[in-house]
Amino acid sequence: MTGRVISDSSEWSFPLLERFDQEIGRIAHEVYGLDTYANQIEVISSEQMIDAYSSVGLPISYHHWSFGKQFVATEQTYRRGQMGLAYEIVINSDPCIAYLMEENTLPMQALVIAHACYGHNSFFKGNYLFRTWTSADAIIDYLVFARKYIAHCEERYGQEEVELLLDSCHALMNHGVDRYKRPSPLSMAEEQKRQEEREAYLQSQVNDLWRTLPVSASSSGARTDGRWPSEPQENILYFIEKNAPLLEPWQREVVRIVRKIGQYFYPQRQTQVMNEGWATFWHYTLMNHLYDEGFVTDGFMMEFLQSHTNVVAQPPFDVPWYSGINPYALGFAMMRDLRRICESPTDEDRHWFPDIAGGDWLKVLDFAMRNFKDESFIAQYLSPRLMRDFHFFAVRDDDREETLEVRAIHEEQGYRVLRQALADQYNLGNREPNIQVFNVDRRGDRSLTLRHFRHNRRPLGETTDEMLRHIRRLWGFDVRLEAVDEQGRVHLVGEA
Amino acid sequence: MSHLIDRRLNGKNKSAVNRARFIRRYKTQLKRAVSDAVNHRSITDIDSGEKVGIPSRDISEPVFHHGPGGTRDMVHPGNKDFLPGDRIQRPEGGAGGGSGKGKAGNSGQGEDDFVFELSREEFMDLLFEDLELPRLVRNQLMGTTEFKSVRAGYATDGSPSNIDVVRSLKGGIARRTALGGPHRARIRELEEELATLLAAGVEETDPRVIEIREEIDRLKTRIAALPFIDTFDLRYQSFVKQPEPTSKAVMLCIMDVSGSMDQVRKNLAKRFFILLYLFLQRNYDKIDLVFVRHHTIAQEVNEQEFFYSRETGGTVVSSALHLAYDILRERYDPSVWNIYAAQASDGDNWDSDSALCRDLLINRLMPLMRYYAYVEITPRQHQSLWFAYQEVKAAHPHFAMEEIGGASDIYPVFRELFRRQEA
Repeated sequence: MTGRVISDSSEWSFPLLERFDQEIGRIAHEVYGLDTYANQIEVISSEQMIDAYSSVGLPISYHHWSFGKQFVATEQTYRRGQMGLAYEIVINSDPCIAYLMEENTLPMQALVIAHACYGHNSFFKGNYLFRTWTSADAIIDYLVFARKYIAHCEERYGQEEVELLLDSCHALMNHGVDRYKRPSPLSMAEEQKRQEEREAYLQSQVNDLWRTLPVSASSSGARTDGRWPSEPQENILYFIEKNAPLLEPWQREVVRIVRKIGQYFYPQRQTQVMNEGWATFWHYTLMNHLYDEGFVTDGFMMEFLQSHTNVVAQPPFDVPWYSGINPYALGFAMMRDLRRICESPTDEDRHWFPDIAGGDWLKVLDFAMRNFKDESFIAQYLSPRLMRDFHFFAVRDDDREETLEVRAIHEEQGYRVLRQALADQYNLGNREPNIQVFNVDRRGDRSLTLRHFRHNRRPLGETTDEMLRHIRRLWGFDVRLEAVDEQGRVHLVGEA
Repeated sequence: MSHLIDRRLNGKNKSAVNRARFIRRYKTQLKRAVSDAVNHRSITDIDSGEKVGIPSRDISEPVFHHGPGGTRDMVHPGNKDFLPGDRIQRPEGGAGGGSGKGKAGNSGQGEDDFVFELSREEFMDLLFEDLELPRLVRNQLMGTTEFKSVRAGYATDGSPSNIDVVRSLKGGIARRTALGGPHRARIRELEEELATLLAAGVEETDPRVIEIREEIDRLKTRIAALPFIDTFDLRYQSFVKQPEPTSKAVMLCIMDVSGSMDQVRKNLAKRFFILLYLFLQRNYDKIDLVFVRHHTIAQEVNEQEFFYSRETGGTVVSSALHLAYDILRERYDPSVWNIYAAQASDGDNWDSDSALCRDLLINRLMPLMRYYAYVEITPRQHQSLWFAYQEVKAAHPHFAMEEIGGASDIYPVFRELFRRQEA
């Protein structure tokens, strides 16, 4: 038995990492059937980790002051010891790149390999949102293209000009996603080739749009009734890229770059609980399997379990360090719970989950990983038992009332309300304001009208005026923002 | 299939450009912060980096988000005794906090300054930006240009005294190895053949054996004939001459240490001197410091004594000026050295001495100087020295005088003295 132990030291070395990777990979693929991209494991220092942080985890990115700000902030908090750095960063690309910090001990490196290189990696490859929204094989190339293109623009049009444009685009980054259309795959060579054609073509399209119509007064009068665009558009950046009258072709391309990068991050924002839960579940399962097969020692497992427990700790709401639900804790608990429901279902589970109780847990988990996002995953699989374990309760904060109301707790009558409330909490549509392009005054002052469709009477925050100025910078003419309340009444919120 | 890559040796300053851009963008705010830092902290430790803060709201990146108000549902873990329908008091600041529970105090954090550390260079750049050494330009144009020899790698020709022996011999070895290679390979082949022949029992007199032995000898001679060193191998150390601008400066610090200058005033003076020193350091490679202190008689002393020894007695400023003039004449030729002087005093002087000071400065010292700065540290009325110096100022535009009331005046006065002049 002891003959199989890979190492009992806590110092890592490249040969040891390779051994661990081989064993973990073997177990992941052969025993549990995980489907992953090839791995590229890179060992980096803490300074490099700070660098990676500041470009939001992208291995390469264009230059912008906001990344510098992020860098300075991270460096400060790290230096003062207020924050530890993540043990790893993993990038959704093919091959899947994982950064390991050199400071980690050997058990930590093994944990990280299991977590990132097999957990996250298989999630990136399998989950429908990632499959729809990102092209893992092309992202690195696209980033290289973006970096070069923006550097080129800075050379030609000046740093200041490009920076202003990027500021405005970054502000709208979260509003640059088509939620219902699959984006075409990216590739560096194609992108570069097409970019020039696009520049010329786009400009001609836009000019056409604003052409003085050589039609008679009567027919043009009839057409002014119609709104344009005929359907509201939720993808504001896309709308601006295609239709803003005054943007230069290169500016449209920059808008496009920011939009594409925003799109790349879109699935990550929607699958935090699932993604982390999945990766945590697998590092837990894989490491225990390693232990069962005798590859690691008791001491190794103790260290592993200690960091694992830290990661999945969920403090209750009434302690000072409570900062919301820990996605690792919730995700991990749900994945484990799914396995439990399959392996040893209770009567309650059979009642709530008749189709999976007692099933093959590998298949059930795989199906769940592939076909859900946080919101639907919780709505589908959060079990009464978990709600009891977490002691969940739902609170309603209505500003028309003096006090908060507890709507439901972890009991028979409350399960469904609770589950729905928690799922809604992860619904991106509820969390972020729903703002859409409503109308463009094509024959008048060319002003752009946006509409904010209010949910639960929640108004916009104090940054709204600044945001309108950003949109104005991109659009080039007046921008108006109207709010529509739940009764359908419209009123003006701001103008720039 | 996994690849392991060690990236630790890669550059770690990938974010340097972004950081620089961040600093450039917030220069105005940073400059304000830097000035504050100088005014309120001891200048003695300015030479390191500095922590500065920018109000976070100035650098926030906006996005559309929900503001307070409306109805929101939240789910929290850790219920202990709540039942459905319970009403809870709204926690302090909770309505805006978003979570409605347990997040009190978080909302206040947004207003904090965004604090971070500037490196020494960044700090100094911001501190001295748009300051300029008076007459610096003229000085550089007039300064005698010196040349110095700098190594510039190796060349294939040069003077024999510059032959680099090691390099040349290395070249020789390489050439001999390269040219002798085919011969040596052939010799090895022949020797192998010979060995097999002999092992097979062939006689030493066999014609083939003799033939092989002859060829081996011939090849060995050819290898031996390769010259040990060839002109082709020679390498010379190469030197180029680079012009070297005059970059030496001497800074004269003159301070009154009479009884009326207490430690507080001396500290103020010290800060001023240090600022001047740091500023000169940015412009000159080498700076000599000369400390002259005086009461009724002047003395050249070291830095420690200059700032910290205690003296008492009356004040005769001209004694220091005399001594300064002598030092300059002996040691610092104005055609080689850029001479700066800073004088700090509380304005006290023996009455009839002030006129003497004025004449000394106007006729002797000022013509040697790049710049002369006089700061008077006094809360009182100006005395004769101030008025005498005003006449000097009228005669020489590169004489400057200012008054310092307290620590927070030093930096503004310094800026005033060295403000970039409109040409």
